[in-house]
Parts: sequence; C-alpha cells; structure tokens
Amino acid sequence: MVENRPWGNLVSHLILIVGVVIVVFPVYIAFVASTSDVTTIANGQLSLVPDRNLVHNYAQILFHGTASATRQPMIVPLMNSLVMALGIALGKIFISLLSAFAIIYFRFPFRLTAFWVIFLTLMLPVEVRIYPTYKIVSDLHMLDSYAGLIIPLIASATATLLFRQFFMTVPDELLEASKIDGAGPLKFFWDTLLPLSVTPIAAMFVIQFIYGWNQYLWPLLITTRDNMQTIVIGIQKILLVADALTEWQLAMATTILAMLPPVIIVVAMQRLFVRGLVETEK
Amino acid sequence: MDKRTAFSGKLLPYALLAPQLLVTFIFFYWPAGQAVYQSFLLQDAFGISTQFVWFDNYQQLFADPAYYQAMMVTAVFATVVTVSALGFSLLLAVQADRAIAGAGLYKTLLIWPYALAPVVAGVLWLFMLQPSLGMLSKGIRVLGYDWNPYLHAGDALALVIVSATWKQISYNFLIFLAGLQSIPRSLIEAAAIDGARGARRFWTIVFPLLSPTTFYLLTVNLVYVFFDTFGIIHAVTHGGPAGATTTLVYKVFNDGRAGGDLGSSAAQSVILMLIVIALTAIQFRYIERKVNY
Repeated sequence: MVENRPWGNLVSHLILIVGVVIVVFPVYIAFVASTSDVTTIANGQLSLVPDRNLVHNYAQILFHGTASATRQPMIVPLMNSLVMALGIALGKIFISLLSAFAIIYFRFPFRLTAFWVIFLTLMLPVEVRIYPTYKIVSDLHMLDSYAGLIIPLIASATATLLFRQFFMTVPDELLEASKIDGAGPLKFFWDTLLPLSVTPIAAMFVIQFIYGWNQYLWPLLITTRDNMQTIVIGIQKILLVADALTEWQLAMATTILAMLPPVIIVVAMQRLFVRGLVETEK
Repeated sequence: MDKRTAFSGKLLPYALLAPQLLVTFIFFYWPAGQAVYQSFLLQDAFGISTQFVWFDNYQQLFADPAYYQAMMVTAVFATVVTVSALGFSLLLAVQADRAIAGAGLYKTLLIWPYALAPVVAGVLWLFMLQPSLGMLSKGIRVLGYDWNPYLHAGDALALVIVSATWKQISYNFLIFLAGLQSIPRSLIEAAAIDGARGARRFWTIVFPLLSPTTFYLLTVNLVYVFFDTFGIIHAVTHGGPAGATTTLVYKVFNDGRAGGDLGSSAAQSVILMLIVIALTAIQFRYIERKVNY
C-alpha cells in the first residue's frame, strides 16, 4: 500500500475475518449437522462441534437414502451429476473450439452471421423458453437420458467468445509457418493451436464443470425417473416431505456431498479458474 | 477479428461450425420462436384445439394482479440482492487489495462458494433459519420477533434474499479484486502525494476507475437474481407463502406446469426474453464505451 497505517491494517483484517466467518459459518453448521442425529437437531440442541455420526450418516445417505422421503441412495445421483457436468464441460469446449477456429482462421460467406447467431444465444437462457425446449427434447425421445441432460446445454457463447479472443492473440507467424510447411487446417489445429490453448481450455473446463454440476431447472424438467436424478435435485427431493419429518442430518449430508466436487475443483485449480472468470469478463 | 492470412477451405469451416449451430438452432432458436408463437395461442385444457388469439394472453397477463405481484417481488428481490451483494463484496475486495499479510489466504477462503449451486445456499440458510429448530431463529426470537418464513411473507422473502446474496458475494469479490488490482499504482501514489487520504482517494480515484467493473457486475447480478435463483425459490419457499416469493421466472414455471396455462406461460417467457435482451444490450453498449471518466 501507499502508506503504512497499522490501525488501518487491523481494521482490514477485522473486516475480512468477519467476511470469512459469514461465508464459512453456514457450511460449517451444515457439516456439524451432517455428523449429528435426528433428535439432537429436532430439539434444537445442535452444538458447534461435530458429533459422532459422520460415517453412519454418510454411509446411509450414499447407499440407502432417507427413510421417509425418496429412499434413493445418493450415490446414483452423484454419479449422474458427474456424467452431466463432465459431458457439458467437455461438450462445450469441443464444439466451441471448433467454431472459434472456423470463425478466426477461415474466410467464408456468412462468417459474421454465424458469429452473431452463436453470440445471441447469451440472450436466451433456458428460463425464457422452458416448455418449448422441454417439448423438443420430449419429441426427440431424450427425456430421462444423459443425452437430454447434456446436449441441449452445450451450445456456448461464452466459451466460443473466450476461444475466439484467445486465437486472436496467437501470432499470425505461426499460421504462416505452418502453411509454408504444408500443414492443412486440421493439422495446424491439432499440432499447433491445441497445445497453445491448454490454459484457456483448462480454465473453461473448471467454469463449465461447475455450471453443469449446478444446473437445477433443466434436470428438474426433463428427469422423472429416480435413477436419472442429479444430486442438486436430490437435495430438493429430501426437503419435499412434511417439515416435521425432514431428516435434517441426511439433508445436510446430501448438501455437503453436492458441494464437495465443485469446491474441490475450484480450490485445487484456483489460479486457472480465477483467470478464466476474469478473462470472460473482458 | 481478421488474421493476415487464412485457410481457404470451402466446406470445412461450415463442417466445423455445424455442431454448435445445430445445437443452437434446435435447442435455442426453435424453442424461443415456439415460445413467441405460443404466446399468441389459446389452448384448451387437453391441448386438442388451439386458437390464434393475438395479444389476448398479454392483455390477460397485464390485467392480472398476481403478475404485478410477481413483478414487484422480482423488483424488490433484484434490487436488494444486487445492492447488498455488490456493496459487501466491494468492501471485502478493497480490504483484500491492500497489501496486508495473509491477503492470499483470505482470497482463497472467500472465493470457493462460487462453486455452490444456488439451491445449496438456499438449503444452508433454511436450516439455520428454520422456525422451530434453526440456530439463528432462536436468536431472532430472543430479540422478540416472531420469525417464521413458512407463514410470514416478509420473512420468506428475507430468507431467499439472504441466501441469494450470500451465494453471490464470492463471484463479485473476485471480479472486484481483479478490477482493483488492474488500477495503476502510480495513480494512487500520485493522489497520495497530493494529500488525498484513504476515503477521499477511494471515492475520487479508485471508484470512478472501477466503474466498468461495477457496471459489468451490476448486469451480471441482475441476470443472476432473475434466473439463477430459481432453485432457491423452488426448493425453499415454493414461491410462497401466498406468492410472496413468486418471481417472474418461478411464475412462468408454475403457470405452465401446475396450472397448465401454456399460452400465458409463453407470453411471460417472451416478456422475460425482452428483459434479458435489454440487460445484455445495455451491458455491451457500456462495455464498448468503457465507462470511466
């Protein structure tokens, strides 16, 4: 900082600590609840230190499910979420790389039109076309399937824009050199462009994995069978029973399970993820 | 977006674009067009006969007090969440931007909730604010307030506002911090030499230079509150009590499914579409102009 003010620094620390507490506290309480038992929670006697039922609760929710609500072992939705998130992230990256490559490295009629067609999907989130999209997926017999969960969500203006921007910063000389060496477009893409794009691809992967994992409205609409549900929808299903019957220790264990994979990815790949988010802002 | 040289394929570029364009047309443009078309139709309860009714669905919508209620709820929700999430995150980002010990650790501890689904945020806060067993509800009741989000409209709205704000802090913090770190130190040092101290330096130098970031975040937050918070409302309050947390998006969902009124649901979708288009357009206009002075 410009000048050294010990009191100012102390205030900064205090504000940040309060911020961290506000951010961490609800998750910590959920974790404590997930190690507790149903009577302790129902009597409002939850303490601030973890209880002894950690293994018991997580084993029950993963392999047996709740007693009163869905009875669905959560290992299945957990796997579904993983497939969906991976499918969406990889699918978005794949088709966006191809379209960004076409738009930047070729000259062809309707190039700008194609760009705008992709770009304007930013203005059409699922929420503004709920039932017509449902109808199309139903007509294509993709309800209750991984294809239905993944394919309608893999068009991505964000990823295309990011890759387009990145390709524009790749020096023209590389392309010229490749052409002199007699490389065709696909060889150039595979041997030169892809290896250069590892960082933006990884950054996009983190962001889109989280996006896919956290989808709510879409799986809610198109999955009806219990074995096709995602973990995020699983949380909601547990809460559907009458309030007095909610098994909160299991609901909280499910919540913790639902947040764990994306949180691990964000923390482990923090640098890449921060970079990806800040880049998409530009 | 032009390179000096380019490949000369005739068909290849179209083949490369095909997957993205196919998905875009089948799952984005076609249903969006259908939504517009359906908003002019009246369907009987069994979907057997349909009738073209021009703007009847819209007229009915704008004569419906429940729609105005949803607009009001959305407006209050969006304003409170956006203002508090931006304000609180900016406060934190400014502190983390000062070169104090442990700034990196604070950053890690503050940004991970970005990975949480909005519904997770909703359930975490529901657990703490649940009227009979919630940890925080006890505290509120000690203060003499009869807190019950299941019964009281204001309490339910407060619950979804708190959850939605909490979830958004990390993203805003991250983008604000990046914005702050891109402000040249020399400007701030110059201001300091001229005798401008903390608060004054912030409001006259830092805040104006940060305005593109703030503006970007403003629109992102509005879009977030309008659309992404659906999960919180659907899982935690079901739009109730008595429509107190029914936002425009929740109403589209509910009217189309439970009520089966597809025409009205489609008309509502079209209005939402116009709102997103307006928000996105404003966002790009300003990004182009680089709001700072």
